[in-house]
Amino acid sequence: MANVKAILGEKLGMTQIFSEDGRAVPVTVLKAGPCVVTQVRTPEKDGYVAVQLSFGDIAARKVRKPAKGQFDKAGAPPSKHLVELRTDDGASYTLGQELKADVFAPGDFVDVIGVSKGKGFAGNMKRWNFAGMPKTHGTEKKHRQSGSVGAGTTPGRVFKGKKMPGHLGHERVTVLNLRVVEADPEQNLLLVRGAVPGHNGTLVMVRSAVKKGAHA
Amino acid sequence: MNKVDVVERARLRTDLPPFRPGDTVKVHVKVAESGRERIQIFQGVVIKRRGGGLRESFTVRKISFNGVGVERTFPLHSPTVATLEVVTHGRVRRAKLYYLRELTGRKAKIRERRVDIAEAPAAPVETPVVEAPPEPADEPTETPADVADDPATDVPADEAGPSEAVEAETTSQES
Repeated sequence: MANVKAILGEKLGMTQIFSEDGRAVPVTVLKAGPCVVTQVRTPEKDGYVAVQLSFGDIAARKVRKPAKGQFDKAGAPPSKHLVELRTDDGASYTLGQELKADVFAPGDFVDVIGVSKGKGFAGNMKRWNFAGMPKTHGTEKKHRQSGSVGAGTTPGRVFKGKKMPGHLGHERVTVLNLRVVEADPEQNLLLVRGAVPGHNGTLVMVRSAVKKGAHA
Repeated sequence: MNKVDVVERARLRTDLPPFRPGDTVKVHVKVAESGRERIQIFQGVVIKRRGGGLRESFTVRKISFNGVGVERTFPLHSPTVATLEVVTHGRVRRAKLYYLRELTGRKAKIRERRVDIAEAPAAPVETPVVEAPPEPADEPTETPADVADDPATDVPADEAGPSEAVEAETTSQES
């Protein structure tokens, strides 16, 4: 786990900004934080180390009573999302502590976790990048089909895990090693180079890159 | 309208004069070569503006001195565009002037638009609109835009002093 830092945020959208040498840098704008530590999990009590973060404004009347008790205990405003972060330095967090975008600095590498855009029931060409069938040379009504799904009498069945049409998207996706371009704790903005999973307005978790540098 | 606007607004350039498709402009481009930085001028007709916010870009078309059409697309808010001067205002009836690619010589000339004195820039009125050179150059005139977009291809032409070349040529044709 290492000493992973993280913050919850909302994807606002993409744009581009210019570096000093005039290069256009594609960035995703995230509203990052403020997050409040609503619980610290300890090995003694919970058997593992983690911190629970809250994020997202919500009307107090929309919060269930058990959750309300938890927010009150941490002195946190009622929030839409509660997410746990596994990290080794859980002891350095205190209940009610507020996290802002300045947990990351420009130049840091981060992983961004979100839920990808749902594509519905998708065929093989879209879902698995199959090549489909020829457009011409006598192909009839099979232009986007997958082709054979297996052999004949032996084995007499289709193997498990065969790539077939089905639901695509709307799943948890982690994008590794994106560079932080800018962190603005006053406006709660985080600019990350590159694309991030999900629609605009969805919840994302930004965490320090676990497969890069000191954490690798 | 958009939450990303918060980020974009602070970065938008406000120092460039307003210009439209059909206007003839001088774009002062910063060119970095071997550690040194210098300014290169690219003069031509604005044939399109596209995109919005920080992502807006515009394309300038000129006829290089050997009769080849050259188009360059610049991000409007990029620091590589040092400055931009509007030389003449053109009167055109569409937003994208792709039809200019098919035209040469007098047909490619754009009528001038009268501008209120208040918003008119201090520019020499009689600077010629980019025109095609004499006939023999007719064939190579149509260069694919991708060649034109590559800065490397137009560097040699520009090295010889691009604006002077264009001007000299046009005047000789007019006389």
